[in-house]
Amino acid sequence: MVEMTRPVAGRSGATRDLSAPVVEIRGICKAFPGVVANDDVSLAVFGGEVHCLLGENGAGKSTLMNILSGMYQPDAGSIMVDGQEVRIGSPRDALDLGIGTVYQHTTLIPVFTVLENLLLGQGRGLSMDQKGALAGLKKVAADLGVDVDPHVQAGRLALGQQQQVEIIKALWGGSRVLILDEPTSMLTPQGIVELERVLLQLKERGLAIIFITHKLHEALDVGDRVTVLRQGRVVGTLEPDTVHATPRPELQERIVGMMFGEEAAALAGVAEVRGQVTGRRARREISPEAVLELRGVSVEPQRGEVGIHDVSLIVRRGEILGVAGVDGNGQRELAEAIAGQRAIHRGDILLGGTSIRHASISARQRQGLRYVTDDRLGEGTVSSLSVAVNLVLKRIGDGPFWRRGLVREDAINECALGLVEGFDIKTPSVQTRCGTLSGGNIQKLLLARELSFEPKIVVYNKPTHGLDVKTTHVVRDRIRELAEKEYVSALLISTDLEELLDLCDRIAVLFRGRLTGVVENRVGAEWEVGRLMVGGESR
Amino acid sequence: MVEVEGEVIPRKRWGAWLGPVGQSIGPILLGLVAGGILLLLTGRNPLAFYGDILKRGLFSSSGVQDSITRMAPLLLMAAGLIVAFRANIWNIGGDGQFLLAAAIVSGFGPGLVAVLPAGLGLVVLCLLAALVGALWTIIPALLKAVYGMNEVITSLMMTFVGVNLANLLIKGPFRSQKTSVPQTDVIPHDKLLPYLPGTRIHVGILFALVAVGAVYYVMTRTSFGLRLSVLGANPRAAVHVGIDVRRLTVVAFMISGAFIGLAAGVEILGVWGYVRADWNPNFGLTLFALVFLARLNALATIPLVGFYAIISMGGHYAARRAGLPDDFMLMVVGLILLFMTLTEYVAARRERRATRLVAGPKAALRPGGAHE
Ligand SMILES: Nc1ncnc2c1ncn2[C@@H]1O[C@H](COP(=O)(O)OP(=O)(O)OP(=O)(O)O)[C@@H](O)[C@H]1O
Ligand SMILES: [Mg+2]
Repeated sequence: MVEMTRPVAGRSGATRDLSAPVVEIRGICKAFPGVVANDDVSLAVFGGEVHCLLGENGAGKSTLMNILSGMYQPDAGSIMVDGQEVRIGSPRDALDLGIGTVYQHTTLIPVFTVLENLLLGQGRGLSMDQKGALAGLKKVAADLGVDVDPHVQAGRLALGQQQQVEIIKALWGGSRVLILDEPTSMLTPQGIVELERVLLQLKERGLAIIFITHKLHEALDVGDRVTVLRQGRVVGTLEPDTVHATPRPELQERIVGMMFGEEAAALAGVAEVRGQVTGRRARREISPEAVLELRGVSVEPQRGEVGIHDVSLIVRRGEILGVAGVDGNGQRELAEAIAGQRAIHRGDILLGGTSIRHASISARQRQGLRYVTDDRLGEGTVSSLSVAVNLVLKRIGDGPFWRRGLVREDAINECALGLVEGFDIKTPSVQTRCGTLSGGNIQKLLLARELSFEPKIVVYNKPTHGLDVKTTHVVRDRIRELAEKEYVSALLISTDLEELLDLCDRIAVLFRGRLTGVVENRVGAEWEVGRLMVGGESR
Repeated sequence: MVEVEGEVIPRKRWGAWLGPVGQSIGPILLGLVAGGILLLLTGRNPLAFYGDILKRGLFSSSGVQDSITRMAPLLLMAAGLIVAFRANIWNIGGDGQFLLAAAIVSGFGPGLVAVLPAGLGLVVLCLLAALVGALWTIIPALLKAVYGMNEVITSLMMTFVGVNLANLLIKGPFRSQKTSVPQTDVIPHDKLLPYLPGTRIHVGILFALVAVGAVYYVMTRTSFGLRLSVLGANPRAAVHVGIDVRRLTVVAFMISGAFIGLAAGVEILGVWGYVRADWNPNFGLTLFALVFLARLNALATIPLVGFYAIISMGGHYAARRAGLPDDFMLMVVGLILLFMTLTEYVAARRERRATRLVAGPKAALRPGGAHE
């Protein structure tokens, strides 16, 4: 890792005082139209420590990190690095200070290769030597247990792979401070373990690490210090002594209490909060009626993808069929083939018994097929349009929102207000530009759009990524309820095995574009799925 | 999210007055000032020069009528460009569509107005112009829609072909036998578009205003307009939400071409009555700049196009009087574009610091509250 071995010695040559913070944020305020995102936030980050920043969706975590990484300028407050006040006017300044960042949403340039993207985040010129970079990349990738082709265009990678590249990029740039804004939201449990291991190594070397996540158990696995934000303010900090000495359940309870205030009580005992979803839902009768059927479907891979090959599966009425696998094993291709965004070159897809192979995307939508994409910024929303319009984006031209081609703003706004309320989307107003919402709230918007207007079958790709524990719980309940009470079937693609165990009736495993098996979700399913995920054959 | 406790107010800085209006007018003023400095350096009196422009382009009865007449094709073309640009379709080939439509209208015009009743002939010719413009976009439109080929290149190629084809037609089948210079037959004056009562401004300006109004309405109020905006803002989202992107691309491209063809029809049927070989007013490039200055807002093009019409009508006159090359005003327009880019940059920087919080009373008590 380039520059990773910076000595923990101060300028004078004396050992740096580890008890002084590497980064100190004092009284930071940042307001956007209609929202105060950060209100007098102060926190200190120490070398050799992982500082977890927690808080519900829209609490202001990303905003604070964007200020530290030079993307935004604070309205008030100051930032000290190594005891000296600094002005971080641009991401360049942050890099110069040794602050590396994994942003919540990918910042890779899609038409550049992985390697070019990495070089971009490097030196000031284009003089960086490719060979050295390749070698460096290989080493970091091996540390992380990641396998990416450095010459493939970044935009072609699955989002989970893009996230891994982002992590590598940040590790290169962050020689003093590392900011990780939900770095694990698209990784598999295995990938998360590898990342945690690397973080521990970096910690040993004296880096200060800021770690944002919605998964409490992750935070507690690596965290030394915890700060909780709520509605833009710091509501509490747990010192390392407390974090290390308090038993887990008690710690979690305290954190959840800080995160959600009075609402926390309702969450006590919720599986998502405990971080130990037991899965194995009660068995229930499922009608044999097939809603969606894939027969030997193949999709040609584009460069950097694996495509899908000869995939056959059946989703029955009211059933939740999971698809497990490491991101980049054909998940996107599968979902897009079903949604109609991608042509299949062999096989057939049946919806309610009739072939939709040649049906357009909108024709499939009209038949009740929904697709919750995992790429909420890339294709799921139009960031320059309002929240309200984004909520009806798949119904442009339809009544009651349009009549004879003319927009009826009242109808749109009324519907939007209902959905914003029903799905607890935090936004200053329904007219706010969608792109300004926090990551989790954009995800809620997607779910609100797809789960209303009478779906029949929903293809979910990582439906809860970026949601806080409370919302994750609500959304999972909703998915379950839709399936059990309204017989809305689901094809649930996820990299989160726990989520699959929690929700699914059966779990299929996708490996290198092929279905390697389908497992009934019962005791021991996780072992079976885990084995299939790395390419083991089905019994 | 906190209910706003303090008050969120826009940051008051020197750039704060740079609203959308300022961002359009500002560069124009700066360009004029810079042009004025150039005039001073060459020993001319800028005030006299700009005064001449205004006198010729605005403050004389014939001048203002000429300027308004000039606005008609420009506005129609602007309407066409906006439809395409909103959908992120780079119809660079406007001049080809324009000239080909002009050639065909002039070629068939004299014959048609002779046989058809007066009003009908003009209507048919206008439709013909629109049709030619639309058809000339089909190849780049299909290449983009079906094969994803870059329309900047293909529509530019089609412009080369279109311009030369127009000349071939004028020098060949459409050539008038009555003159020695290659040009088409002339449509008699009394058969051209009528003037607005009491003026010498032909009714084309009304078509143009209606077209601009219609584009504004369609873009803001209709499902078609929203589809175009979605396609323009995020093409992948357009696919994802089920918009028929291929069809929409072709339709938008053709509408764009139709407006541009109509612009040519109106200019021929309103002003000239014929075309000469090698005539090319080159409206396209200037209009690109104008519609972007108007931020692709159709209504906002009206004042900008008006301004440009005045400058171009008065500019030649003023340049001649000042003993400057005819194209001096083009240079000023170029400067305006430069300042436009700079303003854009400043605005983007300002956006990052867009708001600041005036905190509640506890701001004073806050440690470190002294910062700003
Ligand atoms: N560029 C922006 N313009 C306007 N408002 C913004 C902008 N960025 C963030 N906000 C608002 O600031 C608040 C905090 O957003 P932020 O992204 O920091 O939340 P977060 O804690 O990262 O949430 P999540 O867990 O969902 O990612 C939100 O209400 C959001 O709407
Ligand atoms: Mg965030």
